[in-house]
Amino acid sequence: MQTNQDNILELQNVTTTFFTKQGEVKAVDDVSFRVGKGETVGLVGESGCGKSVTSLSIMRLVPQPAGKIVSGKILFRNEDLMQKTEEEMRHLRGDRLSMILQDPMVAMNQLLTVGKQLGEPYVFHDKVKGSLQGMCIDLLRKVKVPAPESRVNDYPFQFSGGMSQRALIAMGIANNPDLLIADEPTTALDVTIATQVLKLMKEIQGETNSSIILITHDLATVAQICTRVLVMYAGRIVESAPIKTFYKNPAHPYSVGLIQSVPVLGRSVERLASISGQPPSLFAMPEGCRFAPRCDKAHKKCFKAYPPKTQLEDDHSAACWLYVKD
Amino acid sequence: MKLFNKKKRRGGVRPPVFGFFCLGFFFTAVIFANLISPYDPNEGDLFNTTMPPAWQEDGTMAHILGTDMLGRDILSRIIHGSRMSLLISVGCILFYGSLGVILGLISGFRGGRTDMFIMRLADLWLSLPGIILLFMLASIYGPSAKTIIITFGIMGWPNYARIVRGECLSLKQRDFVRLARVAGCSELRIMFSHILPNVFNTIIIMATIEVGGIIVLTATMSFLGLGTQPPSCDWGLMLAEGRQYITYAWWLVTFPGIAIVITVLGFNLTGDWLREVMDPKQKLR
Repeated sequence: MQTNQDNILELQNVTTTFFTKQGEVKAVDDVSFRVGKGETVGLVGESGCGKSVTSLSIMRLVPQPAGKIVSGKILFRNEDLMQKTEEEMRHLRGDRLSMILQDPMVAMNQLLTVGKQLGEPYVFHDKVKGSLQGMCIDLLRKVKVPAPESRVNDYPFQFSGGMSQRALIAMGIANNPDLLIADEPTTALDVTIATQVLKLMKEIQGETNSSIILITHDLATVAQICTRVLVMYAGRIVESAPIKTFYKNPAHPYSVGLIQSVPVLGRSVERLASISGQPPSLFAMPEGCRFAPRCDKAHKKCFKAYPPKTQLEDDHSAACWLYVKD
Repeated sequence: MKLFNKKKRRGGVRPPVFGFFCLGFFFTAVIFANLISPYDPNEGDLFNTTMPPAWQEDGTMAHILGTDMLGRDILSRIIHGSRMSLLISVGCILFYGSLGVILGLISGFRGGRTDMFIMRLADLWLSLPGIILLFMLASIYGPSAKTIIITFGIMGWPNYARIVRGECLSLKQRDFVRLARVAGCSELRIMFSHILPNVFNTIIIMATIEVGGIIVLTATMSFLGLGTQPPSCDWGLMLAEGRQYITYAWWLVTFPGIAIVITVLGFNLTGDWLREVMDPKQKLR
């Protein structure tokens, strides 16, 4: 993969390992992908497949000392984040590189007012102009929290789930970051609020032209706002496709399974398709393709070696032996 | 006050009326010492030495709790002695509390080697006999309230450091710490503006409970002659001075003793209650 000027982020063969008493666990294994300017990329996969660790790796916030990024390059604005010192990283975080955390209800410090926490990205990066209070109110207004003037002095527990999530988004976009990583921003919310939040993110992206990595296990969410999808399975990216191709013509059997397991309104089926079996234990990865034991199209070769990444069309690639032509 | 409203919700945690009553006495004495004490605590009346309390034969209403061997009014001395007790206990707690909290925060938050070092230091510290250190410092700087505060201050931090470290260990895993990091927060700022407010409850509770212990310790030190020196009024000192006359003037030691008991009881009862009200998760029983 060549370095592209239009890329805001590019991961090259990143491997993040956790060293535990039971052995080494490669939570993220040889992952490469890129995110273009203003692009919204969905990173999907089931629980424990390494989505969150990927995002923490980008932020360089993998829990220490158990976890470590052992190899690879993380190019952000064509600078390798792996070479940065902690101090330099801190200047990037919350400024150029920002993240929205999963559970809005626990992500805020219950003892400080929302306004105080919202203002933090401004304070740390010396971006306070005029009144900090005013800047926080503007932020809350931007994410459509009603009556921001009084809400800014509320404590997080006085906020509902949806409002907390909005406040977190506000904090994430405070400094108009180049890249915003949203780690399951809608998981803790009900469907109507989730839709509003997604819409809001889309709107804000339109204004600020930042790139978004949306981490989720909900394909409906992806369909709503993403332009490209990365499918992750057991620590590896198995398919990368533009959004339309992904839904119309998924290549990897795992992606096919995922899409089939989404119920469609108006289509009656006897029984919803599901992917049988369990994801492999991270301690005992199968030698060949990691999905092979659950795959109904698996053949001999699949159990022997991991398939290489195959380019199917422009911008559409999958790692599966089905597409490797000898 | 908001704290009082919680008694119904928390079911069974009643405010310790008796404890408040005791503390009421204590703080009235501290605040209004000059107004309510009938005499100057250091003014002796050599014509009226060792007068018994008012209700005994030979006792007068002029000296309700009697006088000591120099004719000083016991009640006045007890009232003024409360100030010394408060001064020393608050001094100690501020001193070692802040030391312990800072070290505990660093230890818990940094983890790894820093944590190891501070905690082993705390273990080592706990094995040092405080009284020997006090002897040493008292012989160097002379026994005084200041020496007591400094000694206890040096000796007391490990308890705070350990508790704060423990809380910090669980707090630093919480999402709001991660959020602060994501926002680009420095470690120092996370420690002091995010984690510290969360451990504050525990610190206040510990402090309240420890005040009682320190008052007893101070009294012990003064009794041994290592604490405050005459002529300042201190309950421990009054005990020490009255000890030799105990066979025929029981009131010299009894009333300061009662004052100590009431105050310590008051602080302990209130401290226990505060713990239950403010920190229902942590049951130390």
